[in-house]
Amino acid sequence: MTAETNNETLLKTPLYDLHVELGAKMVPFAGYDMPVQYPLGVLKEHTHTREAAGLFDVSHMGQCYIHSKNGEDPAIALEQIMPAAIQNLKPGKMRYSVLLNDEGGIEDDLMITRTHDADGKLYVVVNAACKDKDYGIIEEKIGHLVTLEPLEDLGLIALQGPEAENALASLAPEVADMGFMEATAVTLEGVVCWVSRSGYTGEDGYEISVPEETTDALSRRLLAIDSVEAIGLGARDSLRLEVGLCLSGHDFDASITPVEANINFAMGVARRKVGDFPGGEKIVKQLTEGAPKLRVGILPSGRAPAREGTEIVDESGKAIGVITSGGFGPTKGGPVAMGFVDAAHAEVGTAISLMIRGKSQAATVAAMPFIEQRYVRKTKK
Amino acid sequence: MLKFTDEHEWLLVDGDSVTVGITEYAQKALGDVVFVEMPEVGDTVSKGDDAGVVESVKAASELYAPVAGDITAANEELEGDPSLVNSDPMGAGWFFKMTVADMSEVEALMDEAGYNAFIAGLE
Repeated sequence: MTAETNNETLLKTPLYDLHVELGAKMVPFAGYDMPVQYPLGVLKEHTHTREAAGLFDVSHMGQCYIHSKNGEDPAIALEQIMPAAIQNLKPGKMRYSVLLNDEGGIEDDLMITRTHDADGKLYVVVNAACKDKDYGIIEEKIGHLVTLEPLEDLGLIALQGPEAENALASLAPEVADMGFMEATAVTLEGVVCWVSRSGYTGEDGYEISVPEETTDALSRRLLAIDSVEAIGLGARDSLRLEVGLCLSGHDFDASITPVEANINFAMGVARRKVGDFPGGEKIVKQLTEGAPKLRVGILPSGRAPAREGTEIVDESGKAIGVITSGGFGPTKGGPVAMGFVDAAHAEVGTAISLMIRGKSQAATVAAMPFIEQRYVRKTKK
Repeated sequence: MLKFTDEHEWLLVDGDSVTVGITEYAQKALGDVVFVEMPEVGDTVSKGDDAGVVESVKAASELYAPVAGDITAANEELEGDPSLVNSDPMGAGWFFKMTVADMSEVEALMDEAGYNAFIAGLE
């Protein structure tokens, strides 16, 4: 996701009026006018999500269906441009993956869900800023095999935090039985929604794809629950950073492979041995011989946050990398960051230095997530 | 006497020294402050010199010396509790104290009415 746009005709999500009514500070983000924070403020919004439940408007993200054109499983086509095992996705299961270019670089990251439809149709959610690019790549590379149906008349909201289950189950008790990375159709306030148990905060929670015209009413219904507060993009960023999740276009871009980005889990275990995807040869080689640089977690020793773009140097002062995401981790109670370093400095525990405002500040390569993730995994009944 | 700069700093004038902090308007615009870096006590600064950093969850902003003089004290409490800048920007959230080399630099700054008019023009 990339912020900033000079487009004066910003798009509005179905929750625009609600954001304004709640007193949100609105900013341009990926072509949309989005709430960066509400009167509660980033710090309290962050903490509230970790302690209770936060409601996020993520309607700017791209939702689409991938239909088969030839009667075959549409996953066969998607596997030509994504390294995850998608064919074996069972109905109602979802998986994180990436869209690769021919050099094995990451064009975007996305979520793929198998619907319950007989034709095996897939539901895909991509980053807002990459929508047009991603759809274009899918069209260009596998358009002869699949039809991409953009779902423009849907809102998307995320309900995240330890109280998310209680909150959503008060509207539809069956959501309590869903396991992490499972999705199904759920009737909420009389309207059929597509609900998944997933999110991007490191907390348990749900993402709810809801008809555009119902998004506002459902959000208001959820916000009326005591434990639920509206949360803006500012806290969304600090929440994902604390659990070591990548921000597309920042923590990776089209020049970075999944191995370098340290997201090998975005590739199927069997597939990453053979490399049957774009850039496969390079990626398999990196997996066996090591990549020249790696995305790592970084904990500054002092209190000063290290922002995106901060240079990383070794003890002799030689440049060895750069911070790609960094700030203050409210739950961690101190600065947290991630960035790329040369492979020789990527081991957890390695002492590094960060050049903050011209001064060298001590830091350590650290394991991610910086705080514990709290996903809910259900055992099969 | 209270004076204000167009960088949203306030100065409480006491004889030939001043206490410096950021305004209510500035703390609101910054959001939750999570880190402050103070000037060194004993530093001699000119008007407009960097005199520290205030970082919120959103971004880093520079503090500037509002006038020329010597830094005589820094608010060490802010290092342990930067949120004082948000909760009490004009009081316990002060940043540093300094001597004033040239009182005419202080006199040239905005008074409270002038500053209020200045921020009204920003909105």
